[in-house]
Formats: sequence, C-alpha cells, structure tokens
Amino acid sequence: MKVEQISIFLENKSGRLAEVTHVLSGAGVNIRALSLADTADFGILRLIVNQTDRAKQVLKETGFTVGKTEVVALEVPDRPGGLGGILKVLHEAGINVEYMYAFVQRSGDNAIIIFRFDETDKAISVLTGAGVRVLRGEEVYAL
Amino acid sequence: MIWDDEFETLPREALRALQAKRLRDLVARVYGAVPFYRRKLDEAGCGAGDVRSLGDLENLPFTTKEDLRETYPFGLFAVPMERVVRVHASSGTTGKPTVVGYTRRDIDIWAELMARTLACGGTTKGDVVHNAYGYGLFTGGLGAHYGAERIGATVIPISGGNTKRQIMLMQDFGSTILLCTPSYALNLAEVMAEERVDPAGLRLKCGLFGAEPWSESMRGEIERKLKISALDIYGLSEVIGPGVASECIEEKRGLHIFEDHFIAEIIDPATGKALPFGETGELVFTTITKEAFPVIRYRTRDISRLDVTPCSCGRTHVRMDRISGRTDDMLIIRGVNVFPSQIESVLMAIEGVEPHYQLIVSREGSLDLLEVQVEVGEAIFSDEIKGLETLARRIEHEIKDLLGVSSKVKLVEPKTIQRSEGKARRVIDNRKL
Repeated sequence: MKVEQISIFLENKSGRLAEVTHVLSGAGVNIRALSLADTADFGILRLIVNQTDRAKQVLKETGFTVGKTEVVALEVPDRPGGLGGILKVLHEAGINVEYMYAFVQRSGDNAIIIFRFDETDKAISVLTGAGVRVLRGEEVYAL
Repeated sequence: MIWDDEFETLPREALRALQAKRLRDLVARVYGAVPFYRRKLDEAGCGAGDVRSLGDLENLPFTTKEDLRETYPFGLFAVPMERVVRVHASSGTTGKPTVVGYTRRDIDIWAELMARTLACGGTTKGDVVHNAYGYGLFTGGLGAHYGAERIGATVIPISGGNTKRQIMLMQDFGSTILLCTPSYALNLAEVMAEERVDPAGLRLKCGLFGAEPWSESMRGEIERKLKISALDIYGLSEVIGPGVASECIEEKRGLHIFEDHFIAEIIDPATGKALPFGETGELVFTTITKEAFPVIRYRTRDISRLDVTPCSCGRTHVRMDRISGRTDDMLIIRGVNVFPSQIESVLMAIEGVEPHYQLIVSREGSLDLLEVQVEVGEAIFSDEIKGLETLARRIEHEIKDLLGVSSKVKLVEPKTIQRSEGKARRVIDNRKL
C-alpha cells in the first residue's frame, strides 16, 4: 500500500535541478511526480519515479545525497470538498501530514495526492477504514 | 615496541641530568658559533657559563619564526657549510621559507628518532611502509623514509597525490604501515569507498599521522573507515622535522617527546612565563643534540599540555597532549578565541556528521560572522526540511555552548568542500581588517 519516494539534497545553486533531471533522463528514468521544498540555503527534491532503485543508484554515483522514504498515494475525489473529507478523517485520528503534493496524472475521475505522514501504517488503516482508496506502488509507478 | 631500550626508558632523574649536561654544551656551542645567539644571550645577561642546571633554562631568550626569517637563509647555522649535508625548508606562506640544516650526525639522530616513532606503531623489519608524506624540501617524506630504512622495513616512497594509484599500489605491494596527514588518510578512505576497495582486504595495520592538528573523533573515523590503528605523531622542521614526539600504540594517550634530544616547555603565550606540568599553553622546544641548526626555546605556536605521569608502554618520556590549536590559527571572532579544532570536536560528536567542514569568516558592518559549512551525507539527510533545519540549529547551539560564539551552519552538498592531499584548509577569513 506504500509508495517509494526518493529525496535529493540540493544546494540553492543554479543548475542543480537540471543536473538531476539530466542524470535521470540519461538512465531512462521517468519522473511520475515531484515536489521541491526549499529554504534560503538548500532544497529537498522529492520524486516518484518509474524505477526507484535505478534512480537512486545513478544519482548517488553522480555524487548526490539521496534518501528513500515510504509515502502514501491516495485517490481524492476531484470535486469541492474532496481533499477536505480526507484531511478531516486524518485530523480526527490524530495523524499529522508532514507534507503532500499532487500527481499530474489522474486515476479515472479522481486526482492523486502523495502524502507523507508521521505514522504511515496507522494512516493507511484509518484511511482504508474510511473508504478512501489507497493506491499500490505498482499502480503509481505505472501511471 | 620500544626501539631504543636504553634511552626511551631512562629513569627521569638520569634523563634530567643528561638534559642539563647537553643544555650546557648547547649554550656553549651556539654562544661561540652563532653571532645571533651570542647577542641575544648577552642581552639576556646569560653568558656561556651561566647555564648550570635545567632551572636556568627559563632565563634564556626565546627564538621565534621571525628570528628565522631575519637570519634567512643560513644565519642560525652553528657549523661551517662544509659540515652541512642537507637543507630542508618549510613552505613559506608569506615571503621567504624558513631554512634548516643538518650535519651527517643530525641526519643519523633524525633517522633514529623516526625509527623510534615508527616502532611506537609496531613497525619492524618485514613491514611495508607506504610513505605518502611529501618528498622534497618538506621534512615529512625524507624524515620518515630514513627512519623506516633504519628499522629495515621496506619503504614505498610514494609521496603525495594521485590517490587512486596509491590505493592500487597499497593493494599490490601489501603495505602494512601508512604514513600521511590525517586529512589525507580520510581522503584515501573515501576514494577506496568510491572505487569499491574494501580496506579490510588490505594488509594495513597501523597509520602514523601528523603535520596538521586533528582530533580524537577524527581518529575514530580513520580507524573505523581504514580498519587500522591510528597514531598521532608530532614534529616541525625548526626542531628537526617529524620524530619529535609520538603516541605509543599501547596507550594512544599523549605523545612521548624524545626528551634525551629535546627539552619541552609550556609557556603562557601572552606573558612568556613558563607554566608547570599539566597547564595548557604554547609548546616551546630546545634542541640539545642538534649540530647544524640548534634552537634555544623555539616558540612553536602550537597549543598543548605536558603530562609527566608514567605510561604503561614503559617509556619514561613526558607526554604532550595532541595539539589543540595554534596561537596563530586562532580566530578571534567578536572578541572570542576560536580554534578550528574546537568546531571540529562539536561536529564529530554528532552522529553521522562527516569530518569535512570549512569555516568562513566575514564581516558585516562591524560584526564578525562565522559560517560553518557542513556536508550533508546520507547519514544525516532527511526528506523533511525540519529534519535538516533541526540538525543545523543543533550544531549552532552546541558551538555556542562550547565557544560562546554564534555561528551560522550552512548545509552543503557532498564533495563541495575541497579535499586535501596535504594539509586541509579549514578556514577562509574574508575579513578585511
């Protein structure tokens, strides 16, 4: 039920993001979703890709610091209040969202949002219990 | 293992008597042979016959780096040039280098002292000594080379640079003893990891590291990454080169100073007053057996402490603490004395932080700013901003706690801080004072 995400440490210098995309394209890795969090000095690039291990390996070989984290991909109804309903379930269960970002692709009529929780397993059981569809990793990488 | 059983374990009373005799002889020699010393001794009211015991040492004038520059190149040599068989020089970062000379007997004693040093790390005949100290005017390469030959070990005179080739030859030749600067040892470990060379597969067992200050935590790092015992050794060209002092593998706590050849003192760098054993201050050396280039109370600018308590290895020679800083490397930031080694000890105490760092000092208006650049490796990386920011704030907090000075930690990508092949450049001072 979990999705593997890689994260990359980037200094705030021009050309670093381009270097990441260049390395990945050279290795034939396709980016499915991404988010960039930044501060004045550095940024963290988070990616969902079609080949996680390969992406991690080629980026490490190029000299980047790369981490791997488990995140959760949820189907969110693409209508007003769709996301609100999910956040309400999480709030009531006392689960924190560390960060989230949207997928470009849709799953049928629904949007897909990636969530990083403080308690991943508890979040998955609460959400499935509330009838929210949690996507499997293979589904997400193949989108 | 002790190389010179007689002199390295001499009872302290006998050692002091030997030092006093050699000191008297030294003062008489330089008074007669070196006009510079005669003038300084006369000015201090010490004639050639006025030094009778070790207690008279503190009345003798100091010799400084500036004195060496003023007498450049050979003004402090105490023998005619016909007797000088070798000259070494230190890299003069400002202007002229400082030049030192050796007679045949000086070279012989130096080889003995480096043999003692190598034996401190267990080196014997049959060892393969990978000598990556620089060969040339620098004393490190040739000094260590002669000591290893004196023992009868096989010396690989590889000198510095070309790290991948060094690793290949270490594998092919079965090197057992590594000699280089501590920062280069870490560089070797890093390149081994990149090249997928497992250090456990090498025959290396011990490394003797010197020529720059390093820390206890850096020792842990080197020992873990290279799977060897790492010893701190000490020396400087003005005194003889490497071979002034060495840790013993038995204790690894303090470096035994070869006191039958050098008298060590600790002084207060501000007042010049000699301090008792156990106090921290500037290390000062008097060479009592050297012929070509003897020095009287040479101020090293290195900060240390002397420990005269007995050591389990059996050597009776006083132990100096590893150098904790330099009186002239000392940064003064907003009026606070800061040694790069103190920042290093903070960083290395934090799990996962790599020993690659750089201090950048600048001035904004009238305020000094200290930036500490730290590389983000996998061990400390987090996919959450708050994880990294917490780490940066924690380092800043601990630096403030230890030194009382505020700093800004800047997290940088791996390998962005320049790796050293000799002495690491830890400080960039951009202040225009």
